Amino acid sequence: MSKLTIASCRASTARDNVERALARAAEVEDYHALITLTPDRARERAALVDSGEVGGRLAGVPFIVKDNYLAFGAPTTAAATMLENFDAPLQATVVERLEAEGAICIGKANLDAFAHGSSTENSAYGPTKNAVDPTKVAGGSSGGSAVAVALGIVPFALGSDTGGSIRQPASFNGVVGVKPTYGMTSRYGVVAMASSTDVMGCFTNTVEDSELVLQVMAGQDRRDMTTLPDYFVPAASSEGALRIGVIDDFMGEGTDETVRRQVHNYAERLAEAGHTVAGVSLPMAKYSLAMYYIIVPAEITSNLARYDGIRYGRRTALAASLTEVYGKSRDEGFMPENKRRIMIGSYVLSSGYFDAYYQKAQKARALLMREFDELFEQYDVLVSPTVPTAAFGFGENTADPIKMYLSDAMTVGVSLAGLPAVSVPAGATSDGLPVGVQLIAQRQDDARLLALARSMEVTT
Amino acid sequence: MTNISRDDVLKLARLSSLELAEDEIDGLRADIERILAYVEQLDELDTEGVEPAYQVTGLTNVMRDDKVEESPVARQTLLALAPEQQDNHIKVKKVL
Repeated sequence: MSKLTIASCRASTARDNVERALARAAEVEDYHALITLTPDRARERAALVDSGEVGGRLAGVPFIVKDNYLAFGAPTTAAATMLENFDAPLQATVVERLEAEGAICIGKANLDAFAHGSSTENSAYGPTKNAVDPTKVAGGSSGGSAVAVALGIVPFALGSDTGGSIRQPASFNGVVGVKPTYGMTSRYGVVAMASSTDVMGCFTNTVEDSELVLQVMAGQDRRDMTTLPDYFVPAASSEGALRIGVIDDFMGEGTDETVRRQVHNYAERLAEAGHTVAGVSLPMAKYSLAMYYIIVPAEITSNLARYDGIRYGRRTALAASLTEVYGKSRDEGFMPENKRRIMIGSYVLSSGYFDAYYQKAQKARALLMREFDELFEQYDVLVSPTVPTAAFGFGENTADPIKMYLSDAMTVGVSLAGLPAVSVPAGATSDGLPVGVQLIAQRQDDARLLALARSMEVTT
Repeated sequence: MTNISRDDVLKLARLSSLELAEDEIDGLRADIERILAYVEQLDELDTEGVEPAYQVTGLTNVMRDDKVEESPVARQTLLALAPEQQDNHIKVKKVL
């Protein structure tokens, strides 16, 4: 079956595209990629496009958003019972921008609750199955979005990436997943996790489709003051020979042999294409996960303080006092991983521990950024595996949080440094499970990064 | 390695406004201890004199004009999100 692309939707009416997407979603329901469908609103939007009232670069193209994006037509649950009845009063800026160009949201994808996780097993609505091997996890936290694209429900889906939540499930399901430079896309209207590394991006079957979607999503937003002045314009073609560094620190014993082999193959193809390829060292890489699990929980504990059972979201039926309303609503509405992270955050921000943990981690982050900056003086693009393994089995990593966290060892450093990165499909393991290669560039070098990834795509 | 006691867990839960069920406490205690043991590997790093990197964009003081703007969301829409409302207000349990 040929892969679903934006171009392949252009030949049909918006209504036909929407009906086809809804039918496909029903056909593959067993994978549980989606939490809700939004057929009524999708058909309304399709009528506007087909009548010519709404048009644009994505006219009539159906898409899916991760269910932490505020969007009309269904509740925004963040896959937690805390928000099971939360009807968004507004839409995320990037959803508004996509709709303004004629794209049509048909449903909301499953995720780890509040985007905390690496397998989509932490969803209050049950896990998502891997698109290639349904006995394996989808990856996460944007697992549903990755699977929706891999199964051909829609040609593109939105995800959020705080430490690898787009790149890792892209790798596990054999699709393209892009995390742009921090600040290229607006975070407004997306359930906040860790504000200093949350980035909105997308999944597609081709790099070209990601470039188009991102061009529509990107740009400064006065409602998100961390957005950068507009800069992203996809490059027409990859410009000549680039200097490529393969991160040796991620190519050792800790990485599965079959994964390493596919990354080597990719690096060889880069060399054959005329690029200069060399091994590079990033000594701070091995500390990035430790930094991440201090800084991110600290931001989580702060961002998730808003869920108090008062203004919106779940309110317990069992409280006798205001304090109990807070405590019990939060205990009922959060998943275990949410609680772990909130409490770790409270710990590292506590007086007496702040310097030893939080401050220390932010200093280490500065050292990591310095190492990346030094590498980007000599190299244009860095290459590594996206994940040390292919997709794992259900329950395999749930007993030990550290084991689950290690799945993100190669993606979190990029997030802490705010760099753009893409995971592209790069063959499979001997068991047929997809492997992804991560390409990383300097901040705001998204266009060149994606042009390189596009030039390396194997067309089948 | 940092030892986390049951009392530490209860204190963190209080700081986090989480009223944990009894059967959640032991598991969280062990998990938190394990996560702290992992992140403490940063102690190996010499960070003397390093400026912390709290952000990555370099943007500072992003200002907007001091103009009153109509909210895109109506008051009633926001009130309707609250679990309980009365007389145009969000209703809560007695505070005092």
